[in-house]
Amino acid sequence: MFKRFVEWMDARIPMTKTWNIHLAQYPAPKNFNMWYVFGFLATIVLINQILTGVWLTMNYVPSAEGAFASVEYIMRDVEYGWLLRYMHSTGASAFFVVVYLHMFRGMMYGSYQKPRELIWLFGMFIFLVLMAEAFMGYLLPWGQMSYWGAQVIISLFGAIPVIGDDLTLWIRGDYVISGATLNRFFALHVIALPLVLVILVFLHIVALHEVGSNNPDGIDTKKPKGSVPDEEKPKFKFHERFTNKKDIVDSIPFFPYYIIKDLFGFGVFLFLFCYVIFFNPEMGGFFLEPPNFEPANPLKTPEHIAPVWYFTPFYAILRAVPDKLFGVILMFAAIVFLALLPWLDRGRVRSIRYRSLLHKLNLGVFAISFVVLGYLGTQPATPVATIFAQIFTFLYFAFFGLLWFYSKREKTKPVPERVTSK
Amino acid sequence: MKKLLIALVTLVPSLVFAAGPEVPLDKAEVDLHDKASLQRGAQLYMNYCLGCHQLQYHRYNRTFEDLGIPQELGEENLQFTGNKAGDRITNNMNPESAANWFGTAVPDLTNVARVRGADWIYTYLRSFYKDDSRPFGVNNAVFPNVGMPHVLQELQGLPEKTYEERLIDGEMEDVYVGIETDGSGRLSESEYDQAMLDLTAFLVYTGEPMLLEQRRIGWFVFGFLLVFTILAWLLKKEFWKDLK
Amino acid sequence: MSNAPVDKGRRRFLTVATSVVGGAGAVAVAVPFIASWNPSAKAKNAGAPVEVNIRKAEPGQLVRVKWRGKPVWVVRRTPDMLEELGDIEDKLRDPNSQEPQQPPYAANQYRSIKEEFFVAVGICTHLGCSPSYLASGMGEHVEGVESGFFCPCHGSKFDVAGRVFQGVPAPLNLVVPPHYFIDDNTILVGEDKGQA
Repeated sequence: MFKRFVEWMDARIPMTKTWNIHLAQYPAPKNFNMWYVFGFLATIVLINQILTGVWLTMNYVPSAEGAFASVEYIMRDVEYGWLLRYMHSTGASAFFVVVYLHMFRGMMYGSYQKPRELIWLFGMFIFLVLMAEAFMGYLLPWGQMSYWGAQVIISLFGAIPVIGDDLTLWIRGDYVISGATLNRFFALHVIALPLVLVILVFLHIVALHEVGSNNPDGIDTKKPKGSVPDEEKPKFKFHERFTNKKDIVDSIPFFPYYIIKDLFGFGVFLFLFCYVIFFNPEMGGFFLEPPNFEPANPLKTPEHIAPVWYFTPFYAILRAVPDKLFGVILMFAAIVFLALLPWLDRGRVRSIRYRSLLHKLNLGVFAISFVVLGYLGTQPATPVATIFAQIFTFLYFAFFGLLWFYSKREKTKPVPERVTSK
Repeated sequence: MKKLLIALVTLVPSLVFAAGPEVPLDKAEVDLHDKASLQRGAQLYMNYCLGCHQLQYHRYNRTFEDLGIPQELGEENLQFTGNKAGDRITNNMNPESAANWFGTAVPDLTNVARVRGADWIYTYLRSFYKDDSRPFGVNNAVFPNVGMPHVLQELQGLPEKTYEERLIDGEMEDVYVGIETDGSGRLSESEYDQAMLDLTAFLVYTGEPMLLEQRRIGWFVFGFLLVFTILAWLLKKEFWKDLK
Repeated sequence: MSNAPVDKGRRRFLTVATSVVGGAGAVAVAVPFIASWNPSAKAKNAGAPVEVNIRKAEPGQLVRVKWRGKPVWVVRRTPDMLEELGDIEDKLRDPNSQEPQQPPYAANQYRSIKEEFFVAVGICTHLGCSPSYLASGMGEHVEGVESGFFCPCHGSKFDVAGRVFQGVPAPLNLVVPPHYFIDDNTILVGEDKGQA
């Protein structure tokens, strides 16, 4: 019965073929470590956001008069509305957690290097759209932080010479943030950007499956055709699309092996995710900020405005610069430099395991700078804090400069021929 | 690098405390399982606070249900504003005239515990003191120049700031140590503290009415996840034997 | 890559167990999504039982109230109307209220608790229009009948106990909602007596 159905489908759409190429007969290097779970988790979180988001729109009212009350209506009057809302608000932060870790994985193992530059670029676009999506979504509850956070971020565009003021006016559609702004952000948040996001994720995966996954050793598991004796080839059947052109070594089918492994990682992730949802949805004010439980008041700014934690590293860079325009430029540069990594890193060795001590330190300092900047971005900009923000902004950018400089003639360790897992 | 880290470690606490409030907050030991406390808090709120501060996102009958108050009893004793049991907890005050009387819009308090925290509310309620320079004759140590009268004065009595002489840097100085009532209220000091704890607990409840259910479901979810994750781990190990 | 023998039983057991537990989890996750479509507290409270004051209702008069967004009629019937109900049973589809269109306490000839007061949801059982009340002049639509309800949409006809006449599109008698007398002057629509 089932077999007949599959045959019927396969005659009309490449169902089994797609399943085989991308899952059951997709060769994944066998030495993935736990850092490789975050791509899977990001996909799961994306699905969570789309589902809970669609359900939230069923009761949310996108108007300046009704938005805040409708969120409280969801939290109190709708059955399990609080759960749907917490799943969505926690999911937003979880998205950035897994995406940041996913990106750092790519940086450690050189997954952005040739031939995976395009995967990295698609990833950076996903990151950008995700930030826009999160920013617009944060306005929707129409609380004090929603309002004033949006106010600050939209004002950034005012730093652009000549057109700045007109541009901010155009983005808001009013002289201040108002119902007009809320409505356009709602439209973009619930349909336009998610659509772009899903398309970009699709392209990200298509590009990945074209060149194949990198691995913690950063070496190729696809060898030239005919160079590998048969007894060294894995016992698994891979799709001819992969075996026709190359000899595959040290690989296992993505399904079932990595799906099952990811399932376990998913379970661990859910422990943390559900802890936040059920026991700490505000996460100490980092995931849901206390002033946001007060409705937006255009006449009164909260005492201390900080963006949500996932923007704070970039916000700290912005504040570290005394000049408004230059601050904005630097903030965007922080993302542009990341996007340019495939070309800034001129090395041939991918994985941090076989790169120089200098590179290890450099990447370590970069990671620390990112975290410290993130922390500083949540704190009031005292003079001392600003000096620290400047130091770590310098270190953040120094990573890219140094990398470009030393990567050309880097002293690397010998890279093994085959992956090193047991 | 090392020096930088040390500097950072010493800097962190100073940054954290820089944002803290000037008056130390007392810890509010709120117990949401204590229905009697919540009921007393609700009664205080309806009698003393609702005249000005609405709980416009929350409903009477939900409150009765969650606090274990029979609906008829609740309607008789806690509903004063001509609302029905299914209505939201509102008052009939005109927001504009209120803004004229108090010089500021009167905030809704449904979510005040989520905005300010329980400790803040508990301390605030016990920090009014006599200050003739203010329009209502009182001020608040936690919320300086607060725009509301001390509506609980009949319970607490008229509180005054007390000072203690202390030797600081070789000189005697008056240091603010707390607030003491003149004893004209209906409640003793410990009774008043308990009443304010009840009121705080009620506001914690209105901020997150689903909190107890949320926790209860959370434990079930953890139980489920434990089983699921162990099974997934065993399954992974079983299948990965193929690769050994 | 050794070829250690695979314990197929254990493997199958773990696969099935994980699938079942995972499936149960997926079902549990679906619960909040499905439950959130139920009427919210707002809808339930808006649909709460309504009190109808009947002290001022004249004989023959119809009092209209809204319950769960629908019109509910309370008709104070005259003795003539009540008398008529017994004479026209052969023209009706369901004169004895066999179909469950009313609570048990209204499954009588008058389809009411007290003969005088008829309570019904004013929605035609055909396609949901609200029929017109004709205290007199029903004879225009049904020969020899003085009063009843006439639906302007598709011409369905009901007597003053909401019982449907034969040969009209509506299949069933008008719905009598749960209700009871709080006292002689007040009816509570939307709740059976003694129900909390």
